[in-house]
Amino acid sequence: MTADNTFFEWVYYIWQHYWPLFLVGARNTIIIALSGTIIGFFIGILIGIIRTIPIDHKTHPLLRTLYSVVNFILLSYIEVFRGTPMMCQAMVIFYGAAMVYGIHLDPIPAGIFIVSINTGAYMAEIVRGGILAVDKGQFEAAHSIGMTHTQTMAFIVLPQALRSILPATSNEFVINIKDTSVLSVISVTELFFNSNSVAGINYRYFEVFLITCIIYFIMTFTVTRLLRYLEVKLEGPSVYIIHGSQTVPEAQIRIVGKE
Amino acid sequence: MDKIIEVRHLRKVFGNNEVLKDINFSVSKGEVVCIIGASGSGKSTLLRCLNLLEYPTSGEILFHGVNILEQKMSNAVYRTKLGMVFQQFNLFNNLSVLDNCMVGQIKVLKKDKESARKTAMKYLELVGMVQYINAKPDQISGGQKQRVAIARALSMEPEALLFDEPTSALDPELVGEVLKVMKDLARSGMTMLVVTHEMGFAREVANRVVFMDAGVIVEENVPEVIFNNPANERTREFLRRILDQ
Repeated sequence: MTADNTFFEWVYYIWQHYWPLFLVGARNTIIIALSGTIIGFFIGILIGIIRTIPIDHKTHPLLRTLYSVVNFILLSYIEVFRGTPMMCQAMVIFYGAAMVYGIHLDPIPAGIFIVSINTGAYMAEIVRGGILAVDKGQFEAAHSIGMTHTQTMAFIVLPQALRSILPATSNEFVINIKDTSVLSVISVTELFFNSNSVAGINYRYFEVFLITCIIYFIMTFTVTRLLRYLEVKLEGPSVYIIHGSQTVPEAQIRIVGKE
Repeated sequence: MDKIIEVRHLRKVFGNNEVLKDINFSVSKGEVVCIIGASGSGKSTLLRCLNLLEYPTSGEILFHGVNILEQKMSNAVYRTKLGMVFQQFNLFNNLSVLDNCMVGQIKVLKKDKESARKTAMKYLELVGMVQYINAKPDQISGGQKQRVAIARALSMEPEALLFDEPTSALDPELVGEVLKVMKDLARSGMTMLVVTHEMGFAREVANRVVFMDAGVIVEENVPEVIFNNPANERTREFLRRILDQ
């Protein structure tokens, strides 16, 4: 191959010779983004739940103090990780762990760790928003039949909150697929890092990164479609069955509800 | 008579706004008491204090003679003894009609699924909603939601039911179906405390009508006296305004 070859010949050549590198990169990207989003999601739920615990005059003063301390720590975590670039966090954690504690992290676990705590900081606020957006009447109704705060959260509020934050969660997932590219600074062999290597071998940046973009797009587009499908599934059927008569149970009328 | 709830010197202050001032009253077993009064008079706050959705600033709430504000009985246990029906229905949006009536029995009363289902079906039958057990709250009408809410409260088999303006959020043509259920309940001997603007209902069903204004109970009496010959000028004024409409 020489510079005289056409653009399409180059694209074809690069894919022919380096597709395993692209695919390994794509696989690592998906592994890191998926684990990071899932772990971050659970971090977010946990923090969101803690930050919406009702504290009032009846709470024991000692518990109230403990709660303020915990809340302060959580708030600091959220602010620091939302307020600094993930690329810098990756550098600080990866090289910091090695220098200060002598811990030499493997790049992929380190990547998952960084994406997780970063996503957790965003998800914490998303979950809190989802919980606060649930109508106050739902809490009151649950309390009025004797449910405790924990029961109210577990059976009434969280199911509603989680459903309403699903679009925001898929958004986080898509962002994570793309943002794992910054992990190339700590030599994680994800898609961007591998593409860069391929491009370096051939000095063909345009052709290589066009292929890279297409792979990123295929991944994000598939993920958004899958999550949209999940959302629709969770919506439940828009059709319900009216039981016509107690004596003739097979007498049923199907009513089409809201779309 | 056996007093289920008795309120003594109840006060509730929001900031510097004294919403309830020295409220004293009681509800006996089998009684239907209607609370009437203008918006902002403190009726709903009083009801919400009884169920501890608002915590009273001072005073006593006696449940069968036990002051529940002294924490001798857990708030959760006490709340299962009083059913609450809200203006905005507040059905659990994530649960079907049947599950709305079962979740409290299973999670709070620790009943097994089968008996919870039986109880729920009994009360859904009573309010005429058995056909809709699989529907979600956003698939049924306001009147139907409120009937399910009544069935949900009844499924906990409480000693008394509190109604907070149960028909105020309903379209006029849906008010009747809810009032009918409430009348049936009253006739069956259920103890009920109803905050309402439905004067017809109060006149027909109540054993006693309480008129509240500006955070105090101005007058309470049997409906005939309240509606035909009220003792207080403020009661007369309020009824004139309401009945003129």
